[in-house]
Amino acid sequence: MQNGNTNKIWELLNTVPDPEIPAISVVELGVIRNVIFQENSFIISITPTYSGCPAVKAFQDDIKICLKENGIENFELKIVYSPAWTTDWMAEETKEKLRKYGISPPSEKAICPQCNSKSTTLVSEFGATACKSFHKCNDCLEPFEHFKCI
Amino acid sequence: MNLLNYTLRIADSSLISAQRLSEWCSKGPTLEEDIALSNISLDLFGQANGFLEYASEIDGSKSADDFAFKRNEREFYNLKITEQENGHFGDTIARLFFCSAFNFLFYTELSKSKDETLSALAAKSLKEVKYHLKHSKSWMIRLGDGTEESKLKIQESLNSIWQFTGEFFEMDKIDIEISDSGIGVNNTSLKEEWNKIVNDTLDQAKLTRPEDMYMQTGSKKGLHTECLGHLLSEMQYLPRAYPDAKW
Repeated sequence: MQNGNTNKIWELLNTVPDPEIPAISVVELGVIRNVIFQENSFIISITPTYSGCPAVKAFQDDIKICLKENGIENFELKIVYSPAWTTDWMAEETKEKLRKYGISPPSEKAICPQCNSKSTTLVSEFGATACKSFHKCNDCLEPFEHFKCI
Repeated sequence: MNLLNYTLRIADSSLISAQRLSEWCSKGPTLEEDIALSNISLDLFGQANGFLEYASEIDGSKSADDFAFKRNEREFYNLKITEQENGHFGDTIARLFFCSAFNFLFYTELSKSKDETLSALAAKSLKEVKYHLKHSKSWMIRLGDGTEESKLKIQESLNSIWQFTGEFFEMDKIDIEISDSGIGVNNTSLKEEWNKIVNDTLDQAKLTRPEDMYMQTGSKKGLHTECLGHLLSEMQYLPRAYPDAKW
């Protein structure tokens, strides 16, 4: 794998799950900004979701393991801050995966991922991870997490 | 050299705020608030890391960790308000609210910086501090317009932290130089908007704005209150005791 095929790299990256939300890959999360082949090396640009998200370190390690397992040694991970990560980059398909996983996908109003009710109450602006807030459904009464819009 | 100092000022205020807030972890008044304060702390650590990495790049020899763990008290440039002790929950909320209101305005301006790294880090931080402001503002209102006791306590909190808010708007030689070159922020120009946010919130919270008083100063020269030394002794303990320890 020394021929500079960046599509193959994208394919492999798409198999690396988000460490906190394994239902989606790091590519689907939108943190992989770019892959280029330069001077015999793949430069993979990554942007953090939140500045302090501990998953950033975890998925960098996972990416290294995945690429090495697939015989790719000539790569470099680079952190970029601009443009700042936004939930707008998330595809509809990815949002659906989140919903099936039990997390209300990014939207202005948190919708219950269990019964689709729009009648929900904010319990806490901060959830178990920086990217989520905590809610409860007024119809089915289930508690759930909502992916915050940023 | 001045850009390094300017970047460290931003990094240090984030780092010290983060370290101070992290002391709430597992001690929050409710589970939700414990998680909230820890999350805000984590955002601030992340922001500090970005600015410290940039400081390391400008410096060329010291790493981000060297800057965080191998400087002494007098070599830190964080605003004095950020090192103040947590006190009770209201004290922490008052401090967080004043800082978040300032950070919101500061990063809004810094995101227009001619320096690409500073503007990128500012734009990223801005998204996070907006949320911190929203959260701390809602608590100011809840506590101020709450019970007789919560109102009394939060009023005392803001009266005692008020003397540290003057430093937000100071401009020394370095600030003026960096701001004039289109890289830094004119802090003085943020005062009007900051007053608006504060007055509007205090009105809603039915609290009284403290009268103008003597304002603390000195952090831009590395002068601090006694709180910083104690904080650093805990934060820097491990790398000081085991200098070659690796993560």
